Amino acid sequence: MGRYLLRRLLQLVPVFIGTTLLIYVLVWVMVPGDPFAGKCGERPCPPGFVAMMTEKFHLDQPWYVQYAHYMQNLFQGDFGTTFSGRSINDIIASAYPNTLKLALVALAIEAIIGLTAGVLSGLRRNGFLDNLVLVSTLFLIALPIFVIGFLLQWLLGVQWHIVEPTVSNEMRLSELIMPGFVLGSISMAYIARVARTSISENRRSDYVRTAIAKGLPMRRVVGVHLLRNSLIPVVTLLGTDLGALMGGAIVTEGIFNIKGIGGTVYRSITTKESATVVSIVVILVLVYLLMNLLVDLLYAALDPRIRYE
Amino acid sequence: MSDILVSEQSAAGASGRPAGRLLEVDDLRVEFRTRDGVAKVINGVTYHVDAGETLAVLGESGSGKSVTAQTIMGILDTPPGHVTGGQVRYHGKDMLAMSFEERRRIRGEGIAMIFQDALSALNPVFTVGFQIAEQYRVRRGMSRADAKKRAIEMLDQVKIPNAKGRFNNYPHQFSGGMRQRAMIAMSLALDPEVLIADEPTTALDVTVQAQIMDLLAELQRERQMGMILITHDLGVVADVADRIAVMYAGRIVEEADVYDLYAKPAHPYTLGLLNSIPRLDEKGQELRTIKGLPPNLMNIPPGCPFNPRCPMAQPVCREKVPPLLQIGAGRASACHFAEELVNRD
Repeated sequence: MGRYLLRRLLQLVPVFIGTTLLIYVLVWVMVPGDPFAGKCGERPCPPGFVAMMTEKFHLDQPWYVQYAHYMQNLFQGDFGTTFSGRSINDIIASAYPNTLKLALVALAIEAIIGLTAGVLSGLRRNGFLDNLVLVSTLFLIALPIFVIGFLLQWLLGVQWHIVEPTVSNEMRLSELIMPGFVLGSISMAYIARVARTSISENRRSDYVRTAIAKGLPMRRVVGVHLLRNSLIPVVTLLGTDLGALMGGAIVTEGIFNIKGIGGTVYRSITTKESATVVSIVVILVLVYLLMNLLVDLLYAALDPRIRYE
Repeated sequence: MSDILVSEQSAAGASGRPAGRLLEVDDLRVEFRTRDGVAKVINGVTYHVDAGETLAVLGESGSGKSVTAQTIMGILDTPPGHVTGGQVRYHGKDMLAMSFEERRRIRGEGIAMIFQDALSALNPVFTVGFQIAEQYRVRRGMSRADAKKRAIEMLDQVKIPNAKGRFNNYPHQFSGGMRQRAMIAMSLALDPEVLIADEPTTALDVTVQAQIMDLLAELQRERQMGMILITHDLGVVADVADRIAVMYAGRIVEEADVYDLYAKPAHPYTLGLLNSIPRLDEKGQELRTIKGLPPNLMNIPPGCPFNPRCPMAQPVCREKVPPLLQIGAGRASACHFAEELVNRD
């Protein structure tokens, strides 16, 4: 297990370098146009500013030198600054906690609602609840997320005043439930469906029959023997989804006025803040890689037949 | 041999085990309702098992022997399976009329079951020890430590070497034979009165088969359990069974003491089965088989269900279903010509 973990962590190094290099080249080298266009309002930038920035970002040097400088700073924990001189570390530090909160709320909603719906419908296939779950999940999967978002915001927030239509800067949990539901809705539907299939397949398995033949109460047969086996695919889905959620949610953040990482990266792209884009994407790559590793480890923890050597 | 059995039985009666009729299946009828039609899988099965005896239920696949066992245990897949008639009495009480909770209490403590394939019958994600100890914890309310101690004792009783060390192993870490031993330990954990063994050695190597059968026979004798041994292996039966019930197309076609059945079968199907055992002294001969296939259970032929395959079939066999009738002390046959069969030389 220890050796496996070490190998996986070492594998992260080339993947990390490869992806960051790709992003860096894409954003700094391959984007057409003058990096200073539009940076100084209506007028062209003064030569002094251009000279200063060119030196600061090593724009007069080949791209691999630029990349080397960037990585050097990165490993010292310095993401650099924007053109206007704002620290990118500060930008990330203010946006990322918001993204994280929203992601965790969405994940919790996905897991709780999706799993419950999936388990209940899987136990009674073709029952009323099963059909309800099938139809409603199909609905969620078919609808684009911005439709669900605006619809709920308008209904619950504007028409019925059940919740605040947008999220305040304090990011209270009660305000985050609706955005979390919207963000997690599609994955929630998939989780419900995977759990349903998994439960109804395992329901007929020999070991469940054995558990019943042992005279265990039904809630133990289902809650321990059936659930534990059926959770394996669901956990995989949840894990990969957490990686995606932590990458920010441009649409959901936009609808509910959440100052998260998705909106930040979107704004950076439109304003050609290349340094910010690269830094955020680098973090997202790292988060995604670690989440994938976590899923693989969880997989082994849930299924003892999988052993990593 | 039979003398020894009798004396052991009476000894058991004195030691607190209720001697006598433990389990009776009475005119049980089960059908499977599928999209393609209704398959009559069990058509009036009657058998019983007493404390301290082993009843072997013999039959081809599809003869209904496993479905009968599943109905007794209450683990019949419903749908498609439906019990349409008959009773399953445990200590004289009809289990089919009991509440779910009442029946659940009998499982494991009163009647336990061993399955054919221990690898799929054991839960892959829990340790073998957990799956045995679980019963002591849930059913007897024991502490974790006590349950573990008892589970290790059980593993020891089924002769698993280093029982303590294997407690924390998962089913896939056991060999086939050891896994079946663990399965036996699990079914016997709550000291059941009746043990149903559904082809317990089919999935095992021949060398291991004998060990497992010996173990089962030994445990059955020690605990004076009533055992229902479901099998299609005549070799296994001869060693351990006291009585044999032969099933065909969801019916019992013959029931007899093991010696009588081997010496003088009273049903042509039994005769066919016995003849199909390869013999060492007739080397080079073609293997003898029973011609034809078992009937389609959705469309059982009129009269005796065996008549299309029976070498002795007469016109009456195509018209009248032969009832299972007593033809002597402790034996019965469902053949119109049972007397002739037994009395021939």
